[in-house]
Amino acid sequence: MGLGYLLKRLAIMVPVFFLVVTMVFFMIRFAPGGPFDGEKAVSPEILRNLNEKYHLNDPLLVQFGNYLKDLVRGDLGPSFKYANRTVNELIADSLPVSLELGVTALIWALLIGLVAGGLASMKPNTVWDYVPMSFSILGICLPTFVIGPLLVLVFGIWLEWLPVAGWDAPEDRILPSLTLGFAYAAFISRLTRGGLMEIRSQDFIRTARAKGLSEARILIVHSLRGGLLPVVSYLGPALAGIISGALVTETIFNIPGLGRFFIQSAVNRDYTVVMGTALLYFTLIFVCNFFVDIMYALLDPRVKYE
Amino acid sequence: MKPVLEVKDLVAHFYTRRGVVRAVDGVSFTIHEGETVGVVGESGSGKTVCQLSYLRLLPEPPLRILGGSALLEGGLDLLKASPNQLRSIRGNRVSMIFQEPMTSLNPYLTVGTQLCEPLQIHGLLSRKDAAIQATAALERVGIADASAALKRYPHEFSGGMRQRVMIAMALTTKPKLLIADEPTTALDVTVQAQILQLLRDLQKETGMAILFITHDLGVIASIAHRVVVMYAGRVMERGTVDEVFYQTQHPYTQALLRSTPRLDVDQGKLSSIPGSPPDLTRLGDGCPFYGRCAYQRDACVRVYPPLRLTPTQHAAYCHLEGLPR
Repeated sequence: MGLGYLLKRLAIMVPVFFLVVTMVFFMIRFAPGGPFDGEKAVSPEILRNLNEKYHLNDPLLVQFGNYLKDLVRGDLGPSFKYANRTVNELIADSLPVSLELGVTALIWALLIGLVAGGLASMKPNTVWDYVPMSFSILGICLPTFVIGPLLVLVFGIWLEWLPVAGWDAPEDRILPSLTLGFAYAAFISRLTRGGLMEIRSQDFIRTARAKGLSEARILIVHSLRGGLLPVVSYLGPALAGIISGALVTETIFNIPGLGRFFIQSAVNRDYTVVMGTALLYFTLIFVCNFFVDIMYALLDPRVKYE
Repeated sequence: MKPVLEVKDLVAHFYTRRGVVRAVDGVSFTIHEGETVGVVGESGSGKTVCQLSYLRLLPEPPLRILGGSALLEGGLDLLKASPNQLRSIRGNRVSMIFQEPMTSLNPYLTVGTQLCEPLQIHGLLSRKDAAIQATAALERVGIADASAALKRYPHEFSGGMRQRVMIAMALTTKPKLLIADEPTTALDVTVQAQILQLLRDLQKETGMAILFITHDLGVIASIAHRVVVMYAGRVMERGTVDEVFYQTQHPYTQALLRSTPRLDVDQGKLSSIPGSPPDLTRLGDGCPFYGRCAYQRDACVRVYPPLRLTPTQHAAYCHLEGLPR
């Protein structure tokens, strides 16, 4: 894998980024309604002033040009709904929170998923397989708005071990990150089990046994690299999704993260916030997948990028 | 010559949902120092499963070893050995190479890592010395620029080269016994000849015994000293290559030989053995070859054929006294 390839991959990001900007910009503009339509009608004069202030009266292409100009400078513009706040400020405030929640959740997911999947793959069709895999089905099927309140009920209200909501003390992090990570753990455990089982049926594992290697060495040296490739490729999109905000988890635990902006801004036609969150999500996906591809080439010597 | 491995009356069955698969049923053979024994048979005759079962390389369950013994030189019975004892023997005193050189090496690890592994885990050499030994082993099997080859991955080698790597890997620990499971089947004929020659040369140098599994009688004729003919998980005939090929005692061996193409005789249309091998879950009491045999008689169905042994230890399990030529 050459440096040239990596640079080319990064260079491709520029035109794709432009395409995303263009599509999101015009799609949200063509959606009916606008940022100042509310249940309470605003007087025509105020509306005119607002439109004037936010340059919404300019021709659409001029607005698009201005947006691009600001974007190049890294300015995502003012929010239409949160008066006197810029999109940059909104993201700067909430991204670290989402990042922390997401990364913690993913650590849980990896920890639980890898151990459960590894166990299941070592002893397939035994209790060690059935129990974790049943939990995994639960984790995939149960939505966060069931798991979250359930965890709150057990650990927050019955046992009173952990706080029920908030985002101040370190122990506040535990329940939300578990809630968010559970579904990911479930999926990772399935991928781990499948990947390891697949590897363990390969001829070269028989060779390893015939060489007299211990089961531990066969697992660690001979199986993990190939067996975890499915997990690695899943981690890219998972990481992007998990740190770009989790509306339901954030709502249940009252966490000031990014997730709420995704939904609210679209409903509010808060054009600049929609743009900001969409572009952030795109960048995260792109960067995460980029790192996954690098990881892939490092793990599997047969993978060559030209 | 000292025997390296003595397998006696080995019985190993798979317990599956479909029933009991009698994969290995009373197999006996002996292999001595410096000798090559060929194990021949059709696909599914149990020739591979038999070797894997006494090395305990098959998952148990579904496999269950029901009887017999497999004595290594020195008296250790593999069928009674502990997992630790088995691990210390595999890849050390007994090495194995496999049919598919393309998939039998780990694609995620360098050739060097895999080659040094047996030496290191059996505590024979340090990492550094193992690397030196591995380079020498690669050179011995005819891989050019061996020290560079250690850093490469299996997919960068051709099939024949990978089989050479497998052989080098199996021989780094100087095993007493090499079990070669169809090592040339996946290779083309010229490469096949080179690999056979390599094995012969290595045997001369080290005095190891080679157990050579194949369905190719031509390969047996060129490499083996003695032959074990297997069918339906049992031994049909056992003897030196000359005895089995030229004084054939068993109808199955005869049928196998007749279905082999020959250059020296005009055979016309190549003959094949009628019917197909029996279902190993439904073997009766009689001879498993009954039904496909040209000389079948009443006793063959009911009674398992007796062992007929010549003074030279040429053995055949058949009701027939003297096979018609």
